[in-house]
Amino acid sequence: MSAVAMHMSDGLLDTKTSLLFAGVAVVGLAVAAARARNDLDDRTAPLAGLVAAFVFATQMLNFPVLPGVSGHLLGGALAAMLVGPWVGALCVSIVLVVQALVFADGGLTALGANITNMALIGTAAGFLVATLLKRFAKNRAGLAVTAFVAAFTNTVIASFGFVLEFAIGGDPAFSLGTVTATLVGVHCLIGVGEGVITALTLVAVAAVRPDLVYLLRGSHKALDVREETLA
Amino acid sequence: MKAKTRNLAFLLGFLAVALVLAGVVSYFADPNPDGLDHATLEGCQVVRTANGEELRGSCIAQNAREHNLASSPLAGYSISGDSGTTGLAGVIGVAVTVVLAGGLFWVLRKRPGKSAE
Repeated sequence: MSAVAMHMSDGLLDTKTSLLFAGVAVVGLAVAAARARNDLDDRTAPLAGLVAAFVFATQMLNFPVLPGVSGHLLGGALAAMLVGPWVGALCVSIVLVVQALVFADGGLTALGANITNMALIGTAAGFLVATLLKRFAKNRAGLAVTAFVAAFTNTVIASFGFVLEFAIGGDPAFSLGTVTATLVGVHCLIGVGEGVITALTLVAVAAVRPDLVYLLRGSHKALDVREETLA
Repeated sequence: MKAKTRNLAFLLGFLAVALVLAGVVSYFADPNPDGLDHATLEGCQVVRTANGEELRGSCIAQNAREHNLASSPLAGYSISGDSGTTGLAGVIGVAVTVVLAGGLFWVLRKRPGKSAE
């Protein structure tokens, strides 16, 4: 049973805490949807739909991190760098909704907490790091390093989301310190995998269509201007 | 029009990669518990019994309730629990996600001429 579930089940958090984070998720998604409009047009909307599908696909690919322990992509940093943070948060949320409703993965009452961790907190942290490192992303290696660090941060910070939720509404019979050490420790390893997959994907897309990569948008203005002057 | 063809080719390529990952590569995924499950299982031993898996010891995962939709046809990324159908379940998931997400983003998008920037 545990092998085919990737997200938080029902019952790990008490009802009050589940409701609290359902509220956080609803507010976060409403803000994201409002801001996402600016980043979506006839050209980027279909790409964003495919980014969500790509995140769904890569989340299925658990890779080994320790004997008996696996990890999988969360995808928030990847989606944010490709289609922007607001659209990216929506992409990961849609994946989590599909997983919970169609594949019975991730509890229905835990959906708000799962969205908060992976779609909101993780995506925000990953995109923030990507923005800070953006000026180094001038060549392929720089972009790969930027993507790696952003994705690593996304994974580790998302795991702290669970720690926060468990601290508020988890079973007090279990030591928060032990849970935190195990969870964050293993997510540092998963973050390396997330970083590698994210860097490979971003570099591949940037090699074919740099104009479609949200993170690189500003850097192509110079090119556009030159073309306009020539024309 | 050339740019449009180029866009379509890229999108189809991207979709093909997602379909191959979910439909084929998914069979090679590590079946071990993921990071979160690993942390919530700490303190327990998973024992296989006649009634399925049982958790012995004391761990957070014992608080987990069964999913409300555990008996749905695609529960656990397979069709009716048959692990040989993971790839098909993955392809269905990619299709559902791209339709849902693409539809939502298409509705949300800025329409040319409608909103001045």
